[in-house]
Amino acid sequence: MTGLQQILNKEGVLVGEAPDLSDEQFVELLRNMIMIRSLDGRMLKLQRAGRVGFVGTATGLEASLVGAAAPLLPKDWMWSGLREGGAAITRGLPLFEYVAQMYCNSNDSAKGRQMCNHFQHKGSNYPSWSSVIGTQITHGVGAAYASARRGEDVVHSIHFGDGATSSNGFHSGLNLAGVWKAPCVFVCIDNGWAISVSSAQQTAAESYADKAQAYGMPGVTVDGNDVLAVYAEMQTAVERARAGGGPSLVVLKTYRMLGHSSSDDPSKYRDDAEVQSWAERDPLKRYEAFLIERGLIDSSECAAQEKAIVAEIDEVIHEQEAAPPFPLRSLVEDVYSEVPRHLRVQFNQFLEVAERRGDATRGDGAFPL
Amino acid sequence: MAILTLLQAVNDALHTKMRDDERVTVFGEDVGPKGGVFLATEGLTREFGERRCFDTPLSEDGIVGAAVGMAVNGLLPVCEIQFQDFIFPAFDQIVSEAAKLRYRSGGQYTAPMVIRTPYGGGIRGGLYHSQSGEAYFAHTPGLKVVIPSTPHDAKGLLIAAIEDPDPVLFLEPKALYRSLKGEVPEGSYTVDLSTVRTAREGSDVTVFCYGAMVPVCEKAAATAAEGGIETHVVDLRTLLPLDEEAVLDAAKRTGRVVVVHEAPRFCGYGAEISALIAENAIEYMEAPVRRVTGFDTPFPNTLEHHYMPDERRVLDAIEGVASF
Repeated sequence: MTGLQQILNKEGVLVGEAPDLSDEQFVELLRNMIMIRSLDGRMLKLQRAGRVGFVGTATGLEASLVGAAAPLLPKDWMWSGLREGGAAITRGLPLFEYVAQMYCNSNDSAKGRQMCNHFQHKGSNYPSWSSVIGTQITHGVGAAYASARRGEDVVHSIHFGDGATSSNGFHSGLNLAGVWKAPCVFVCIDNGWAISVSSAQQTAAESYADKAQAYGMPGVTVDGNDVLAVYAEMQTAVERARAGGGPSLVVLKTYRMLGHSSSDDPSKYRDDAEVQSWAERDPLKRYEAFLIERGLIDSSECAAQEKAIVAEIDEVIHEQEAAPPFPLRSLVEDVYSEVPRHLRVQFNQFLEVAERRGDATRGDGAFPL
Repeated sequence: MAILTLLQAVNDALHTKMRDDERVTVFGEDVGPKGGVFLATEGLTREFGERRCFDTPLSEDGIVGAAVGMAVNGLLPVCEIQFQDFIFPAFDQIVSEAAKLRYRSGGQYTAPMVIRTPYGGGIRGGLYHSQSGEAYFAHTPGLKVVIPSTPHDAKGLLIAAIEDPDPVLFLEPKALYRSLKGEVPEGSYTVDLSTVRTAREGSDVTVFCYGAMVPVCEKAAATAAEGGIETHVVDLRTLLPLDEEAVLDAAKRTGRVVVVHEAPRFCGYGAEISALIAENAIEYMEAPVRRVTGFDTPFPNTLEHHYMPDERRVLDAIEGVASF
């Protein structure tokens, strides 16, 4: 088993070999990370104002999300959990769809049916995911098997958090993929905490990457706050899968700087000192220092980028605020390919009651975690 | 008597039983220092230590399976599944193992345990934080299925469930966790499982309901009374084993029955109530049984208030059967 893979140390100094990227690609990685952090800031603001119901943030995870998604090709697939929305944006999820999904409005491709933060984008091979932890892992394996059987040169990147390594889906998924040599990469974003359960309470293994050995695949632990190391290790795993070498497990060691969600208070279960120690390993500052040192940006670049991105986000928010929710008839649609008779009857009865008694009123329940 | 929310009553029951009986062991995801995502287990780790109340890895199958083993070997596990929507990885352990152990061992081995889990809609949780899956479990011989609707019953039923010699699925209506307050006696007491509660007396129409639908039905009954219809509201509170005699008595009392639940209609719990009455009390019936339920669709998100039975829909059914 290898130690922690790192290319940039926490000061942003090169301690390994930088991946072979163009200047534009290096700067693009930074821009994508700033986008994720800026989105978190704006969405949390909307949540506090009661405009959106729930935010699962990615602050602290930017390098893990951006670095893992960047080596994928447009034809590849990404399977996700709660915090991959920002990675999906870098692969083609339009910003307006991201915001529409947060509002669950009529521009949301899922028709407002999922809670906030449950993104999808068919155009960039990013399937809808459920809130049930770990279920996407076997889906990704099956889809990878299907790609391989058709002889497609497509890799499936399957993302999940540290908590998901305890799920049935993790065991079944890695086991099947190992046996089938499925063209996939398992990306475990170990952000330290599954809500309030620490990674030390989640597994007795030293690293989640140790688990790979049992399924007959390589496992590697990467400094998840080092976007270049994440990129490099992902690229190796993606190329291996694409070449028919089978799956790998890439564990990105990072830290969820905020609560599990907008309504979680992490101070109840973790120390400030721990949070502070990770603040010192901030993925953006580290990468910014590297880019400045390399002469690709100057010290004002980050702030300027952030300002431009926030303005872009705010414009989209402004548009999406105005969009209405989905119409009532969507209640009975998409259950099956066609609305069956019994659902048409139920919907008509519902309309009759509304005619006699008026419309239903929205309750004041709020999501608790 | 203390005035508590339903959530506080659950917490009180756990404290009370853990003080009484050191075998009682609480575990699940985030139930330790955080106190559960709804705070139902708040303070337990502090008072009883990590050996009695602790966090587990994220594995519902592991939680319930381990609870079966603990129960077989002398502990009294009270495990939590964070949302009922997440219980399905443990379905095998509940249905194939916990519920069948007594039977398959000829009574030699048993699994006295409680699985607590919040269920139901009304918190804008979308289709994976809002479901009412009681019918899946009520179809499982060997299991008991309990749903409280008041703080008093939540404490008394939970203590009874912990003391029960068989496995109990204890479904907590999360919509009522904080919205409902009521008197709760101090110390230990039980509410007998397999008994119903008359939430309101009436002679014209009988409404059967449980969980978060009880206050909705009570409101509808109050409005119906303004129009001269006296509604008898029965809180079923234990779905399995059901007090069938009490249900039939309440149905015969008025001859007009409405059954209300959040879960989808088809093969929902209301179908069992309806069949029970059709088989045993048809000669007393003045009107067909009406069901007011969720749609036969997954649970919606933005449209949840249209999906969930509300006062309007229940009232419409009460007046419908009353005037049939």
